[in-house]
Amino acid sequence: MQVTMTVNGTEVTSEIEPRLLLVHFLRDHLGLTGTHWGCDTSNCGICVVSMDGLPVKSCTVLAAMAGGREIGTVEGMEGDDGLDPVQEGFMQEHGLQCGFCTPAMMITARALLDANPDPTPQEIRQAICGTVCRCTGYENIVRAIRWAAEHPALAEVVA
Amino acid sequence: MQTPAPFEYERATSVGQALALLERYGPEARLVAGGHSLLPMMKLRLADPAYLIDINDLTDLDYIRIDGDSIAIGAMTRHAALLASPVLAEHYPIFADAERVIADPCVRNRGTIGGSLCQADPSEDLPAVASALSATLVIQGTEGSRTVAARGFQTGPYETVVGPGEILTEVRIPIRPGAGSAYEKVERRAGDWGATAGGCVVVLGSDRETVIDVGIGLTAVGAPHFCAEAAEAELRGKPATPENLAAAAARAAAVTKPQTDQRGPADYKRHLAGELTRRALRRAVARARGQEA
Repeated sequence: MQVTMTVNGTEVTSEIEPRLLLVHFLRDHLGLTGTHWGCDTSNCGICVVSMDGLPVKSCTVLAAMAGGREIGTVEGMEGDDGLDPVQEGFMQEHGLQCGFCTPAMMITARALLDANPDPTPQEIRQAICGTVCRCTGYENIVRAIRWAAEHPALAEVVA
Repeated sequence: MQTPAPFEYERATSVGQALALLERYGPEARLVAGGHSLLPMMKLRLADPAYLIDINDLTDLDYIRIDGDSIAIGAMTRHAALLASPVLAEHYPIFADAERVIADPCVRNRGTIGGSLCQADPSEDLPAVASALSATLVIQGTEGSRTVAARGFQTGPYETVVGPGEILTEVRIPIRPGAGSAYEKVERRAGDWGATAGGCVVVLGSDRETVIDVGIGLTAVGAPHFCAEAAEAELRGKPATPENLAAAAARAAAVTKPQTDQRGPADYKRHLAGELTRRALRRAVARARGQEA
């Protein structure tokens, strides 16, 4: 079957099997390997992408179901004027070590800040609780997202 | 890599079209809403539909609204919307209690109330919520629609009264003045299915003491229709004293038939059923009295 969706602002059309998962469509068909692939069972949350602005686990969404939707991945976060404040925050606050969960964490953080530009640490922890990080203990991730909340100017430029 | 077996994909853009597709493909077809229960089962070959009908475009089934003396919830309403709803927060905080501990925000962005009820997993939280609330469910077929009680909707694990050519379209909940409600759950790790959970609705009389009516729902412990009718009968008409609430909770534990599994031994789950029911009753009574948010 044929599927057409918008990925990071660009419309893409591809011939796929109906059973193809969105995570594999992004990685294998489009070469967007920034979206990582973890547990396959929607438990680990490593494969989070945004769909119509909301974070979802792309191992549990069929590429066919994403047809007509707007998909956002980590490759689309950087704007013409540089990194998204969330990306900058992860650098400033050392929000990553191995980097495996980082794209999912940053996509989730961007969606959170779009809905709630000044979240409390507790709200941040609730927002990211669907994604597992085995390195940081989450402290620096929470700080990184708070950093982005306190430096939103770049987001306005990017938007 | 876990991938479902091959199937044909169709997308419905209206309830009528979804019904027509179900009629065309027969029992080999399955509807998919959020897909967060069905797709994992398809990956494990526990479900193997030949045709998958995607109903995510049925946005006209995505609503929470007051309709006369009921709250009407469209079957495609996402968990995230149930958690955030001011209407449900005002009338039935049991929803926010339960939704807050269903999976995680990403999953709640996809999963729907209709999918949750139709999945009929014994550990699913919303069937117990619907049972506690004495909800009625609207099922649409090509010949028209019918309504069934939530307490007769699930006929067994992963089985409901929805026929092969039918769709659950709406959940209706009676608004009860003087009601308080709450949900309590114990899970082994954040976002997991509950080892045991229970929720209840208590309607107090004008004296704010007499229990006019009560609904008690139980999750993951094998309670018939996800409820504890004997415990409700025990409490109905009595004052909402701590002793009476505890006695009803003990009766609720007695109706359970939990199974020992990786989430705990049976006697532990039975103990939880009693204790969580007691806590939920206590909180529901406090809310009915306006003493607790």
